[in-house]
Amino acid sequence: MSTVNPPVVFTQDELGWVSWIDPLPEAELTERHYAGLVDRARAKSDYFRLLVRDPEVLEARTKTDKDIFYNVADGLPRAERELAAAATSRYNGCIYCASVHARFASTYSKRRDDVQRLLDEGVGADLGERWNAVVKASVALAETPIAFGPDNIAELRRVGLDDAEIVDVINGASFFNWANRLMLSLGEPSK
Amino acid sequence: MSTNDIIDTLAGIEPGSALDAIRARRLQARENAQKSYLSLFEPIDAGDFSLAERAAVAAFVTGLHGESPVAAFYREKLAANVDGAPLLEAIKAEIERGKTSGPYGAFPAGPLSVEDKAGLIYRVSAERKPGLGNRLVAALEHAHLLVFRPRDAASADMKTLLAAGWSTAGIVTFSQLVAFLSFQVRVVSGLRMLAAASASEAQS
Repeated sequence: MSTVNPPVVFTQDELGWVSWIDPLPEAELTERHYAGLVDRARAKSDYFRLLVRDPEVLEARTKTDKDIFYNVADGLPRAERELAAAATSRYNGCIYCASVHARFASTYSKRRDDVQRLLDEGVGADLGERWNAVVKASVALAETPIAFGPDNIAELRRVGLDDAEIVDVINGASFFNWANRLMLSLGEPSK
Repeated sequence: MSTNDIIDTLAGIEPGSALDAIRARRLQARENAQKSYLSLFEPIDAGDFSLAERAAVAAFVTGLHGESPVAAFYREKLAANVDGAPLLEAIKAEIERGKTSGPYGAFPAGPLSVEDKAGLIYRVSAERKPGLGNRLVAALEHAHLLVFRPRDAASADMKTLLAAGWSTAGIVTFSQLVAFLSFQVRVVSGLRMLAAASASEAQS
């Protein structure tokens, strides 16, 4: 195993990820596995070659993920879906996931400093009322037992989200409760 | 096999309703959340992680989130499995022992350590270990970590699962199952909350 240099703070820098258990060797990938990877280029990633040990679950997970975040024909702007992902990851403590989705949030919103404040100060950072409402809803959804309630919905509506956009917040934040648990428990980030 | 969409069923979303139309705009996500569920609970090959074990872990994980239609659904799935039904009472008792509030746990040592939050380190009760067996004992303890304190996860936890008889492929599917349920229970809860908010608005 190569040397791991784990980050100790949240960052928007690009990080690596090192698996704690054995990914499937690239030479052993069959067409069933490539179907699970969805994008063939993902065969280069340890993370995806680990998850591809259950190809059907990985394929369904990946397609769920892509539609929730990339289908922007309507609904919540991409920047705010990424904000929900970054806030969930910040709250659960997934430094790797937070780095990826904080970068996306910065790219799509052009508000890199605000995104950095979320990472530095945590989910209590004041990012303006619309982003605060999205972060608060994401945090409430990340809690166990789930704390998301009528107040979160009223607040999201007050800052201008319609029900379809609120569903995008619910989907995006909920999905990262899936992603965070995989990235946090099967390996670790490395600078 | 044609199955009603499990999230729609658990969230009480009726065909033709406003939320049904909204969910239809993310058709790929809706269909693949369903495929995720089917791949986990009706897999092609359950050799590394039996159906009874899947149902037991699912009942435990969703029960830890508190009583809900989702928790009831997975308890029924466990009760309906021939090898799972005898585990039901033990799982229910362990849910009660494991209930707490998350997320908590430690960050990597450094500036984030001020945010470390202590909490329950759950272990299966000694009296129920023989009935559950080594594999499920290790699985329930790791599932509790994944639910409440995922940031505490360490490479040693993988060794614990391997030592308890889990294969690498089994660990992947088991981790996906717990993580997927963490998603599913939240989507269902969020959609139910949104439907209720819209209904009370329509009445006022």
